[in-house]
Amino acid sequence: MLIKMIPEIGHYALVIALLMAVVQAVLPLAGAATRRPLWMAYARPMAAGQLAFLLIAYGCLTASYLLDDFSVVNVANNANSLLPWYYKFSAVWGNHEGSVLLWSLILGIWTFAVGCFSGRLPPDMVARVLGVMGLVSVGFLAFVLITSNPFERSLPNIPADGADLNPLLQDVGLIIHPPMLYMGYVGFSVVFAFAIAALLGGRLDSAWTRWVRPWTNIAWAFLTVGIALGSWWAYYELGWGGWWFWDPVENASLLPWLAGTALIHSLAVTEKRGTFKSWTVLLAITTFSLSLMGTFLVRSGVLTSVHAFANDPSRGLFILVLLGITVGLSLLIFALRAPRVSQPGGFNWLSRDALLLVNNILLVVMTVTVLLGTVYPLLLDALNLGKISVGPPYFNALFVPLTVLLCVFMGLGPSARWKRMSGRELLSRLWLAGAAALVIGVLAPLAYTGAWNLKASIGLVAALWLVLSLARDLWDKTSRGASRRQAVKRLTPAYWGMVLGHLGLAVTIVGVALVSNYSVERNVRMNVGDSVDVAGIRFHMTALDERRGPNFVSDAATIEVTRQGATRSFEMHPEKRLYIARGMPMTQVALRPGLFHDLYVAMGEELDDGSWALRVQIKPFVRWLWLGALLMAAGGMMAVADRRYRRQLSTRAPERESSSAASSGVVSASQVTSKEVRA
Amino acid sequence: MKRRLLLLVPLVLFLVLGAFLYQGLSINPFDRESALMAREFPAFELTTLDNPQQRVDEGDIKGEVTLVNVWGSWCPTCRQEMPQLLDLADRGVRLIGVDYKETAASDAEKRAQGQAFLTQFGNPFAFNVFDPLGSLGFDLGVYGAPETFLVDADGIIRYHHTGYITADDVESIIMPEVEKWR
Repeated sequence: MLIKMIPEIGHYALVIALLMAVVQAVLPLAGAATRRPLWMAYARPMAAGQLAFLLIAYGCLTASYLLDDFSVVNVANNANSLLPWYYKFSAVWGNHEGSVLLWSLILGIWTFAVGCFSGRLPPDMVARVLGVMGLVSVGFLAFVLITSNPFERSLPNIPADGADLNPLLQDVGLIIHPPMLYMGYVGFSVVFAFAIAALLGGRLDSAWTRWVRPWTNIAWAFLTVGIALGSWWAYYELGWGGWWFWDPVENASLLPWLAGTALIHSLAVTEKRGTFKSWTVLLAITTFSLSLMGTFLVRSGVLTSVHAFANDPSRGLFILVLLGITVGLSLLIFALRAPRVSQPGGFNWLSRDALLLVNNILLVVMTVTVLLGTVYPLLLDALNLGKISVGPPYFNALFVPLTVLLCVFMGLGPSARWKRMSGRELLSRLWLAGAAALVIGVLAPLAYTGAWNLKASIGLVAALWLVLSLARDLWDKTSRGASRRQAVKRLTPAYWGMVLGHLGLAVTIVGVALVSNYSVERNVRMNVGDSVDVAGIRFHMTALDERRGPNFVSDAATIEVTRQGATRSFEMHPEKRLYIARGMPMTQVALRPGLFHDLYVAMGEELDDGSWALRVQIKPFVRWLWLGALLMAAGGMMAVADRRYRRQLSTRAPERESSSAASSGVVSASQVTSKEVRA
Repeated sequence: MKRRLLLLVPLVLFLVLGAFLYQGLSINPFDRESALMAREFPAFELTTLDNPQQRVDEGDIKGEVTLVNVWGSWCPTCRQEMPQLLDLADRGVRLIGVDYKETAASDAEKRAQGQAFLTQFGNPFAFNVFDPLGSLGFDLGVYGAPETFLVDADGIIRYHHTGYITADDVESIIMPEVEKWR
């Protein structure tokens, strides 16, 4: 009996979570405005309760999937009794309803985490931050319950079996990609809530930036990993070896990433120099707004014409209204309450401040470029100027030069000093790095293939310039003091985080430059016994078999691969699968990954005489794309480990008196606390 | 004051963008109904399930209000839908089937699969288009099976039903739609 009620229990838990979110939104915000500690104190318990009920709801949906309850429409449309259990588990977020529920659950997790790690924050700040997050949660839970209820039943006509999960989504990359991406998207709600709280409370000092920076970094790191996973998945699952398509859905994830990257850098300036305050707040709002807009674009189906399946008009409108209220209100609050006077920090045109300003401008220009390219077809359509699609040519023509320009300034930034710096000093520090990058970058393609290649060289010079200027900076920073080893120890995790992050971008750029210019692709017709040579590697088909999987049948080829001059060979097994429930054919690529190149064999169609069309590709340095992203994410995480954040985040750590800038924020925070108590 | 106005710029920009997004919602066909609505049934040239020699094309669908049902023997839900389709045929609705992507290796075996399915669960169809590679299904934008298209006498798609037609759907949706376009 109880088992049969699982979907109803989940639905009920979701309603309770919504009600708790309403309380979490209204009482603490009202309490902070009217200075009532009791009302403010509702924030944390409500956040915890909301998370508990969201977990129950989510658990119930998962249970319905695992128990093959096809009376639940969502399960019947997205799972099948033959589906392996781990895909049943991940099928929960492989569809609209479930993924919005996951979105809400992750928001609940972030809210709870903020509640846990905000012990040192003034109570009114905590109340406002959790209140704003509660508001966002109200919006999304209402969206789930009103337009996208995952627990809807189709009674009494229960389908005998489900339609199965889209085979494209039956993949390990897709198990972890959406949760990572959502951790990033939703994580930006924390910095957004802090920004709104700061505007409401009128507190925007360096202590505020220190509370915000770790949250921003963590969210950004998750988003980075999420985007990289999406690219990796597209690379091996779609069967034609592309890794970035400038698809609206991809752009939707890149937009908050670019804005978030700008935010991370602008926060650094606000913390260290107390300037850029309004700008930082605006970026915080923008970053989360772009996350929301990404959700709108993907979920409303406005832009993805190819994926325009099963979208409900009421959903698009609901998200748009939600987006309008959230973003419109926060921008209105921004316009009314942004810091009145921007303190003239006073910096020279050649200083770290100025370089970070340039970085921010470039990143914002890049964000706008991608945003325009993504919504431009929509704008034209709305103005009745016809339907067009903006493809990779537009994005590459603008995005690549902007990235190169960004790299030029990225190399200068870490070596520059705050406030002012003499051009001569900067030049003397970095000319060697620049010259070396130029020479190696130009010559490397010649050494690699024996021919000049301008595009590859530009990418390599940019990447080398980043690495060498960082190395030079590291050298300079450790040459003062007694011994180099001690100097290295003195470097902060924040600094190492920056180094890793920038290094990661360099690695990704190497990957992009080389894989875009040196990939080899051959389409061949092969039967058992045939062989083909691609770039000095021999592919020999030794067998063709039929295979049966849990929910598919497949034609599998065995390809023996021998490198030139090597005696040892290895086998690759590309497959063409047919997923039975949906009747959907799928290409299962055979991949031989390597640090310097991937071998990539995909089966096309069967030809008349029983032979198969095969696509053989060699993808040099393609792994570097994602390796770089992982390094960037690691950098973001490492910076969080910096002591100055730990000190103010942990509640029990003894407050150490020191003259560093970090503790001044703590002192001002506790002063406010005591003022609050007196009031 | 001037600066305060400057701070309103982001809000104004967003409102403009929001207006466009709203426009996009209403004019862009984002559900499949309107995407296929009022379009001609896609051109095709295939054979029937029963006879590899008998060619059929989109012209064979015209002439009468017809329900085109995409099915396959691999599709368990299609079995459950069959009683409703037989009921519709009894009420005088013309039905044409599209046997979509059978799973066997050769065409002959695929035909056998489709025919066995009809023998077992009934055959409400005037004829069945044999679509072994899913080319017609692709042009129809079929995502899975069953899916049903209502085509009027001029060969224009008037209604699209995704998934299983229930007994309720027959009364509340399919019959009214059929009457409407007759």
